[in-house]
Amino acid sequence: MSDFFTVAIITATLASGIRLAVPFLLAALGEAVGQRAGVLNLGVEGVMLIGAFAAYYTALETGSAAFGLLMGLVVGMVMGLVYALITVVMHAEQGISGIGIYLFGLGFTDLLFQKQVGTPRPIRGLQTRPLDWLAEDTGRAGELLFSHTVLTYMAFLLVPVVYWLITRTTFGLNVRAVGENPHAADTLGVSVNGIRTAAIVFGNTMAGLAGAALALEIGIFQQNLTAGRGFIAIALVYFGAWRPVGVMTGALLFGIVSSTVLRLQVEGVISGSVASIANMAPAVLTVIVLVVVSRRIGQPAALTRPFTRDG
Amino acid sequence: MSRYVRPFAGLAVPAGAVIAALVVGAILLGAFGANPLTGYRALFTGAFGGPDELAATALKSIPLMLVGVGICIAFRAGVINIGGEGQIIMGAILATLVALAVPDVPRPILVPTVIIAGGVGGGIWGAIPGALKAYSGVNEILSTIMMNIIAGFFMSFLLEDWLIEPGAIRIQQTKRLSQNADLPILAGGTRLHLGILVAVIVAVLGYLLLFRSSLGMRLRAVGHNPHASRAAGMQVELSITQALALSGACAGIAGAVLVFGSESHRLIGEGGPLAFTQSAGFNGIVTALFGGLHPLFTVLSSYLFGGMLAGGISLQRAVQVPQALVLALNGVVVVFVVGSLKLRTRVQRWAEGDVQMEDRA
Repeated sequence: MSDFFTVAIITATLASGIRLAVPFLLAALGEAVGQRAGVLNLGVEGVMLIGAFAAYYTALETGSAAFGLLMGLVVGMVMGLVYALITVVMHAEQGISGIGIYLFGLGFTDLLFQKQVGTPRPIRGLQTRPLDWLAEDTGRAGELLFSHTVLTYMAFLLVPVVYWLITRTTFGLNVRAVGENPHAADTLGVSVNGIRTAAIVFGNTMAGLAGAALALEIGIFQQNLTAGRGFIAIALVYFGAWRPVGVMTGALLFGIVSSTVLRLQVEGVISGSVASIANMAPAVLTVIVLVVVSRRIGQPAALTRPFTRDG
Repeated sequence: MSRYVRPFAGLAVPAGAVIAALVVGAILLGAFGANPLTGYRALFTGAFGGPDELAATALKSIPLMLVGVGICIAFRAGVINIGGEGQIIMGAILATLVALAVPDVPRPILVPTVIIAGGVGGGIWGAIPGALKAYSGVNEILSTIMMNIIAGFFMSFLLEDWLIEPGAIRIQQTKRLSQNADLPILAGGTRLHLGILVAVIVAVLGYLLLFRSSLGMRLRAVGHNPHASRAAGMQVELSITQALALSGACAGIAGAVLVFGSESHRLIGEGGPLAFTQSAGFNGIVTALFGGLHPLFTVLSSYLFGGMLAGGISLQRAVQVPQALVLALNGVVVVFVVGSLKLRTRVQRWAEGDVQMEDRA
């Protein structure tokens, strides 16, 4: 038991927490942009599953994890166009149509997996570690910060990028405008549906990428691989109050909680049944956070409202 | 001409949604090198081909009906309940605990008791996110999803530890529960049990509650316009909590039926929560939407979708395409049904003789 609290294990646990935070971070950043534009995408979980399968299958067939990642991104983009068609053009209720996307993703990826792969075969994840050379001489801190793959750095680099995109560009201003007051934005000549479509496609592309990152991290695909991570990512957007840095904080918190539970179980500190209780922690935490956040911070005023000129 | 078409115009859109989903399914079947017609014929025969098939379909439709009726109540009150999965599980757990606590109670008393226990378990699990929405403004879509995750891990905790069947084989399941709690078989030769009657009774009660009681009137008023309801002196917060509690209770009853109507008469967690619930918490949303959020039509649509689930096994056998296809198609149906609501409103307006549409036609 006392073995758990060595510096080596704590460092390794934190490092794996950072890796586990990546899918949360990618999906939640994308969802945050979509929600800022007034569109709630509850289909994140389904798109993550589709992205995960695309990445897994591509990596399995071609042997290239990078190519798998690209395929995850592409299918996410395609799903974004579909979702934009459903919500922006057809004005479908966003919450329920997202559940439709989830069911589709859950069933479709299970179908493809059973039909195309059958028995689970592991794949090799990303191996490119651009800062590895720094890790050699910097000890524990180096292992914690510099031992990650290129994808991890990319994900965290996207935090300032998305922040800049939302707060410092015309596109970001338009996103916020159509999320808060689409009619005013429309009066000023902003294409509400165009901006929303762009935000949705961005969000879903990120969700596809998040699924791909997850599949490459775990190195395997199975039915319901994401196990609720996409839904937690949506909650993280509320947790982070629609701000990229807040979203990142939440993603890191959830990643580290997950890696700690996993490590405790692997080290035999806690049994399987206690691990089940510990695995509830992120969901319980989310509910508590939602209670605290919901009264304090206002969501984008036009969230979930389809836009029509006459009403 | 349009005089004869109009009364049926409202039905055109949901029917169109199913046809569209079947077309998507046919394309998928074709892509896997299977003949869509062979596949669909197997699906239909497997669902409605004879007495055994009809009974199997009825069995599959029970949880869909129960969850679906609950969804009708919640959605009509303006509350989106995505927590059916968790509510089924908590209903099943409480019902199992009751059966373990008092196994020797005579059957005519124990069977209704465990069903009510299921309703209580699911009702509590629904009331929590309901109260959080009503009194703290917590988005119920997110909280109910989190409650699903919590319930799933809670079930695996119980089945790995306190409730696991004693013995060498560590499978996540309870021992065989009291025979006094077995749901009686209705039709000899099939496995069709009391659960179907329970589901239909709950649907009728749901209908009476929603459309023939003052509570139902309040729930629908709150769903229609919470501000006006508040101005009219209704307790909006209480109504929201009641709606989610009732919705959860229906799902919880489904959980009890899944345990005591199963062939093994155990609570089984092996294979994960989705394997136990058969995704009914989500598929019930599909059947309720398809039934126009009306409890009695939801019974019919649940029977149809139960047929898809039962027939999915035959489809898999006939053309070697996994039955997961059915779940994927359910997702497509949801998207088409909610995506066509705008269209449906326009069609109905035309059916009711809207002048503008008439001119255009």
